[in-house]
Amino acid sequence: MYWTSWFLAALAVVLAWPVPVFLARATWPARAPFAAMVLWQSIALAGGLSMIGAMLCYGLVPLGDNLASGLRGLVRIFLGTESLDTLGLIHAFALSAAALLSAHLVFTLWLTYFRIQQQRRRHRDLLNILSSPSNDRPGTVVINHQAPVAYCLPGGSRSVTVLSDGLLELLSPEELRAVLLHEQTHLTQHHHLLLWAFAAWRSALPWLPTSKLAQRAVSSLIEIMADDVALRSVSKSTLVTAIALVASGSAQLPAAALVQDSSAQIDTPATTSARLSRLLTPAPSLGAGLQALIIVGALLLLAVPTALLVVPGILPQ
Amino acid sequence: MATLGDLERAVMDLLWEHQEAITANILRDLLSQRPSGDDGATESRPLAVTTVLTVLSRLEKKGLVERERASRPHRYRAVTSRADHTAELMLEVLGSATDREAVLARFIGTVSDGEAETLRKLLGR
Repeated sequence: MYWTSWFLAALAVVLAWPVPVFLARATWPARAPFAAMVLWQSIALAGGLSMIGAMLCYGLVPLGDNLASGLRGLVRIFLGTESLDTLGLIHAFALSAAALLSAHLVFTLWLTYFRIQQQRRRHRDLLNILSSPSNDRPGTVVINHQAPVAYCLPGGSRSVTVLSDGLLELLSPEELRAVLLHEQTHLTQHHHLLLWAFAAWRSALPWLPTSKLAQRAVSSLIEIMADDVALRSVSKSTLVTAIALVASGSAQLPAAALVQDSSAQIDTPATTSARLSRLLTPAPSLGAGLQALIIVGALLLLAVPTALLVVPGILPQ
Repeated sequence: MATLGDLERAVMDLLWEHQEAITANILRDLLSQRPSGDDGATESRPLAVTTVLTVLSRLEKKGLVERERASRPHRYRAVTSRADHTAELMLEVLGSATDREAVLARFIGTVSDGEAETLRKLLGR
């Protein structure tokens, strides 16, 4: 248990800092977005598990040789059949920290979910009275505004894609199709769930480099994935034109200028430029074997802390 | 008047047209005068005042309509103008609040001035 806790602590540190920094700098994720997405999820999950696991194992050292026997010892303490003195102050502290961190993560996840749902409900209420349903496109509404915007508001069966008058004027039917395909991919691939999890991860541990880098990476990866799906049905030049038109159009708006003054600008990655340059100077996607290797590696990464926690006797006592 | 959503929109449109607060009865009459649907051919059933009241209380709960309780019957007005609501909506769409990306997925995120300049050159405009 003692060595397990130290190994998990080392893993937690590696996953919290050097690994995400290297991955965020790497260029291959744009060539294998799905594999990169799996890897980021695995890093986040394995990182969280190692952090909590390290403290838990360290705390349980005096109570047993493995997680199961240690937890049984903890139950005995709670039942009063074993003295609290067995644990000692430092180990009790580690256990409390593990419990607090777990509670903090779960609570933040729930709170973020609640806040997002609330904002979406308000937004849907406003949309309902301000927009009119698009006649020829189901699940699509049009708002009367000059800004060329397109977005989707997820919400199960009430998911809706929103287009503005400004956008409909700006784009040709084929370019509009590219935009709709892109937005519908966000909905069908449930990208909002990924964004929710990583937004929660970030607001739970804002000082951790990995949470910030992971959120940025994930939000640019989902754009790449949505672009790739759109490219199966529309030509590359159509998609490029649509992105360029909408981006240059929305930059001219007073609201955009207002938004750019805020400090949040620092956090906004240059996703649009990255998307365009990827489309204009495409790099071949990573070989299937290499992508499979990355995914297997990501799963192994998650398997290591899980096995260390659950399977007794992997590391010497 | 197919769905409750359509009715809500129609009620809000009428409240925005009227500067002063109006009663559910007047609203019902105004709604009945409106051409129903896009085809205009279908003759809609006369609207019950209770339906209008249901719609109004839903809108009140959403914070879009306020009720003047001083007089009987109660009078209703829109909380704020259509333009204000649109501005609120667009600010949420264009803004960069921390959770915005998780709330809704935009086709194009925030674009910096430099990026916009490059794009305009690219498009030859």
